Amino acid sequence: MRLERRAQVPLRLVVVAPLAAVAVALLLAGGLIAAAGVSPLTAYVEMVVGALGSRLSITEMLTRATPLILTGLAAAVAFRARLWNIGAEGQFFVGALVTAWIGHSLSLPGPLGIPVLMVAGMASGALLLAGPAYLRLRFSVDEVVTTLLLNFIVILFVGMMIEGPLRDPLAFGWPSSVPVDGAFRLPDLVPRTRLHIGFLFALAAAAVVWVILARTVFGAETRAAGLNARAATFAGISLPRTLMGVAMLSGALAGLAGSVEVLGVTAGVTTTMSPGFGYAGIVVAMLAALHPAGVVAAALFVATVFVGADAMSRATGVPSFIADVIVALCLLTMLVALMFTTYRVRR
Amino acid sequence: MIDALELLLNTSLWAAVLRIATPLIFGVLGALLCERSGVLNLGIEGIMTMGAMTGWLTVYMGADLWAGLLVAAISGGLMGLLHAMLTVPLGLSQHVSGLGITLFASALSYYLYRLIVVVGDLPPTIEPFGPLSIPILSELPVLGPILFSQTLPTYLALLSVAVMAYMLARTPLGLAIRMTGENPHAVEAQGLNPIRIRIGAVVAGSALMAVGGAFLTTAAFNSFFPEMVQGRGWICIALVVFASWRPGKALLGALLFAFFDAYQLRLQTVVEGVPYQLFLMAPYVLSIGALILVARRARVPDALMAPYRRGER
Repeated sequence: MRLERRAQVPLRLVVVAPLAAVAVALLLAGGLIAAAGVSPLTAYVEMVVGALGSRLSITEMLTRATPLILTGLAAAVAFRARLWNIGAEGQFFVGALVTAWIGHSLSLPGPLGIPVLMVAGMASGALLLAGPAYLRLRFSVDEVVTTLLLNFIVILFVGMMIEGPLRDPLAFGWPSSVPVDGAFRLPDLVPRTRLHIGFLFALAAAAVVWVILARTVFGAETRAAGLNARAATFAGISLPRTLMGVAMLSGALAGLAGSVEVLGVTAGVTTTMSPGFGYAGIVVAMLAALHPAGVVAAALFVATVFVGADAMSRATGVPSFIADVIVALCLLTMLVALMFTTYRVRR
Repeated sequence: MIDALELLLNTSLWAAVLRIATPLIFGVLGALLCERSGVLNLGIEGIMTMGAMTGWLTVYMGADLWAGLLVAAISGGLMGLLHAMLTVPLGLSQHVSGLGITLFASALSYYLYRLIVVVGDLPPTIEPFGPLSIPILSELPVLGPILFSQTLPTYLALLSVAVMAYMLARTPLGLAIRMTGENPHAVEAQGLNPIRIRIGAVVAGSALMAVGGAFLTTAAFNSFFPEMVQGRGWICIALVVFASWRPGKALLGALLFAFFDAYQLRLQTVVEGVPYQLFLMAPYVLSIGALILVARRARVPDALMAPYRRGER
């Protein structure tokens, strides 16, 4: 068997491959659901109904998709340039921490304060990734390990702050930071649900990232750096500058995810506020084949699985860990599907 | 201050260092074997979780402890095979595939555990490996309780370091593995199959990682719970770089890391007024520091992360 790079990727494959990947993943996970003594078909129906069956469940799903879109964009932007940012989880938490911290003491009217807080969250996420990016460029320290280790450090730091200087005395011993000022809470998008206008910000971010990647010099340089670093340098692109720019953008997006989650949902920061948004963002980015528009679709899909699996688990008794299994299987099948879109198998 | 220094004289600290180092030794040897053949295996965190679960479950179902380690090794080898199939013949991104394996293996472990075991308020337990005092040697002052009163898997870990070092440096198989990591084309010119060598190395390395995970549930603790690997896999990836891809230095790195971990745990009890999270952070901060110190001198295997395709250069 031999693999041959396709000269041109047929559009048909670009559309069919991700759908086939998801179908295969659902089929494989179906086997595991059957092992629990539940019909996979019943389980999947429960899942879809649980995530999309009512006004409340749809808004819950969109609320869950909001940080996933942003962390998915963060991973997509970095992976395009072959900057392996596995630290979106840490950048998410640092964005959330800084937002909660400043948002508690800042006195500004809401419409002015909210942008200030979001910029602060973005800046802190970008700064957190700047360190590993600098280490990679200056000392060739692999960024996979440094960004990952920073996740643990940041979450411990958050724990330290919410048990110390940022402790909420009104939380009855529940470990949470002081909440942000009420004026800075993001308004609801749908009344009497948790869905807030942060969802629109996430969609806007996807559009902005799409324009940056597709229509600017920086976007072209990013692509070149990711495809072939040596050729890019030869063509006169400054690899350090491009990678630093990518790191700033990626870290800022993940930091914004944390900021928006605090302003829109949790008000304060806790060490348990993310069920792995940073890691799930990597799956979202891969399912989207690193494309910003695809990120939105993939985030909605992953959010549907997560929200739906909880409901399905309650209804059928299948352990809710099945959601993570489905999402991980999607990542693996999507990897294979992507290979078949770029390579042709020859005997 | 005096108390903090006094802790260093405590033999139980040094015995704990060896105990805490054991899963890291298995993990770092496994990761090292994969990387020496040219494949980065970021699946390690998930593979260790898988080993911890399957090893524990086997014993829980009534088999003996060694059967538990064996089943853990097999389950880890299977996960390694999946990673190897995706990254070696198919040549997919080793970074992304490895992360996928970690997510998949951990999720599958938690799912199967919940499916098979009925968990009440407390997780069910097994009878773990007990410390085995080697006659005479264990009665030596100081060294006895530290070195010769460990559990059997700890001795197995130390033995593995010697076997791995000998295998890589002195045997034709070791030479073939090292060459595959440096220049797979040269390996093929010798009439060997670099693809098979890589798959074999990843499967064997992943089996070792899983045994490291199984140590947690069959010797260090007696139950399985989610998140119990706690980033040890990622630490192993850092330790491979720290060790410059050498088994002997890998042992040293694992011991050093375990020392900081054991020491911070005891320091918490004597140093007051410092948030305990700062102590917990220390090992991670030190790992990053060690990487910076070593990275520039490190001799990375030349073909690490470069997919090998026949006839393509």
